[in-house]
Amino acid sequence: MPDFVVNARNLRKIYAGEVVVDDIQLNIRRGECFGLLGPNGAGKTTTLRMLLGLTPPDGGELNVLGFEIPRQARQMHARMGLVPQGDNLDPDFSVAQNLRTYARYFGIPRSELDQRLPQLLAFASLEHKADAGISTLSGGMKRRLTMARALVNDPELVVLDEPTTGLDPQARQLIWQRLRELLAQGKSLILTTHYMDEAQRLCDRLAIMDNGHILVEESPAELICQHIEPQVIEVFGPGVEQWGVDCGRNLAQRLEQVGETLFCYAEDEQPVLASLHQFPQLQFIHRRANLEDVFLKLTGKELRDA
Amino acid sequence: MPDGNFRLPRFSSRCLPVWQRNAQVWIKLSGPSLVGNFGEPLFYLLALGYGLGSFIGEVDGLPYIVFLATGIVCSSAMNTATFECLYSAYTRMKVQETWAAMMAAPLNLDDIVLGEVLWAGTKSLISATAILLVASLLGLVHGWQAVGVLPVAFLLGCCFGAMALVVTAISPSYDFFLYYFTLVITPMFLLSGVFFPLDSVPEMVQVGVQLLPLYHIVEVVRPLMTGRPLEGVFGHLLVPLLYGLAAIWLALGLLRRRLLI
Ligand SMILES: Nc1ncnc2c1ncn2[C@@H]1O[C@H](COP(=O)(O)OP(=O)(O)OP(=O)(O)O)[C@@H](O)[C@H]1O
Ligand SMILES: [Mg+2]
Repeated sequence: MPDFVVNARNLRKIYAGEVVVDDIQLNIRRGECFGLLGPNGAGKTTTLRMLLGLTPPDGGELNVLGFEIPRQARQMHARMGLVPQGDNLDPDFSVAQNLRTYARYFGIPRSELDQRLPQLLAFASLEHKADAGISTLSGGMKRRLTMARALVNDPELVVLDEPTTGLDPQARQLIWQRLRELLAQGKSLILTTHYMDEAQRLCDRLAIMDNGHILVEESPAELICQHIEPQVIEVFGPGVEQWGVDCGRNLAQRLEQVGETLFCYAEDEQPVLASLHQFPQLQFIHRRANLEDVFLKLTGKELRDA
Repeated sequence: MPDGNFRLPRFSSRCLPVWQRNAQVWIKLSGPSLVGNFGEPLFYLLALGYGLGSFIGEVDGLPYIVFLATGIVCSSAMNTATFECLYSAYTRMKVQETWAAMMAAPLNLDDIVLGEVLWAGTKSLISATAILLVASLLGLVHGWQAVGVLPVAFLLGCCFGAMALVVTAISPSYDFFLYYFTLVITPMFLLSGVFFPLDSVPEMVQVGVQLLPLYHIVEVVRPLMTGRPLEGVFGHLLVPLLYGLAAIWLALGLLRRRLLI
């Protein structure tokens, strides 16, 4: 029987009469990276806040790291680290002071933290910024400092709410590398993200949420294999609708029009490509199906907060 | 209100890191803050005490500047704690999300509220120390029993800090604080015996003022600074103590209702 860091049964949250987390079940294993995906407003942050004991659930049972939540949230927090959706570093303190002050909230003695400080700064790649003020840091630096801050208590579980939103590609790569290091150390990770490549790369298992429900919960590879045809051809250009009606729909298993692009989902791409070669005015991109295709299939293609 | 949010506070030494965090920020930014602590009461004393005092002469058997100095210790300590737990605490709650960061650590709102209240008490203590120094340099303090003002100022700061947190807990924005200043703090400041003895106002007003904490603090601080005999100290200190405890309970309940959603 696997060892779980989170067991949630029928977890539910209601805001102003609206069910925003609707009787969800979650079983997150020790040592895995678990991803929570979903469109804006799906209920990801609310779910995380309930797991942390920061939001009281309106129903269900919840156990995190063996503690009953929210009743034993304080004991659980001693063994957990949080990277919130928005950075909340202390703007009046330097980088090192932020880490020292946060360590005091955990009752960690100054001498112990001073020993670990170089390691934490190295983790954040901020060795040369120890005495810099927070306002002088870039977005990526702040995010990494927030991550290092979540590690002051050497937690078993690290929870990250959109760790790379708003960062440039280099900054994201560095954060991915750091998250892998944490996994290699045996820590468990729970993260939310809007980036499918990030989820596909990092997560051992993930859940896709929509309107407070968990639609699926599997490994990225299984999700792709079970929910979608393996080949995708994106077609665009003049006459694409007509081509879809005349040829596409007979050659591909599934067609979907999004904006001016026709997505052809197929078990075998060859007949589709052969047909497209006879229509030189059409442009196309052929690729393998990815998590984004699954996500769009399951959660629909219309804009959420329109 | 049969509401779980209003269960009794649970206090522990976990509030100390909250206090310490605020203290360290204050140390970093203490320059302007100390100028305010020393400068403002000094100018009040010079302008009102000497200036106005020369027209007034004696009040309540004391030179006006001495009467005023004993009152200003109390009102400055009140203002310091009030500002801290309105504007600064609101910034920590809403703008910087300092409290949210604390709550993800093994600290809860009980610790945060107590830490903030003790910090407000400390700021009042700093303010009272500064004015006491200024007043003694001007020769307005009678003897060493004036040191007894310091613990009283700490209590005053905790009481007014907790009261301000109640307002912070229900404030939608900084603007809301003006209601509290205009309707509560300013009348108390003007009528509690800081600038003139309470018996110069109508009896109805006197009764009202005696129901509020600042008057009772002034009644203890004035004899301590002037060397007069202390009377009814226990009763006078009980009022701010009860206000403080009730305000801590109410602020905590309101903050739980606001933040733990
Ligand atoms: N404190 C609150 N009061 C009322 N409604 C809330 C509150 N917090 C969240 N909601 C609502 O609950 C729903 C879920 O919000 P949540 O923040 O969990 O979504 P999310 O999946 O994290 O979205 P995003 O990707 O935009 O961060 C939304 O409809 C939101 O408006
Ligand atoms: Mg969110």
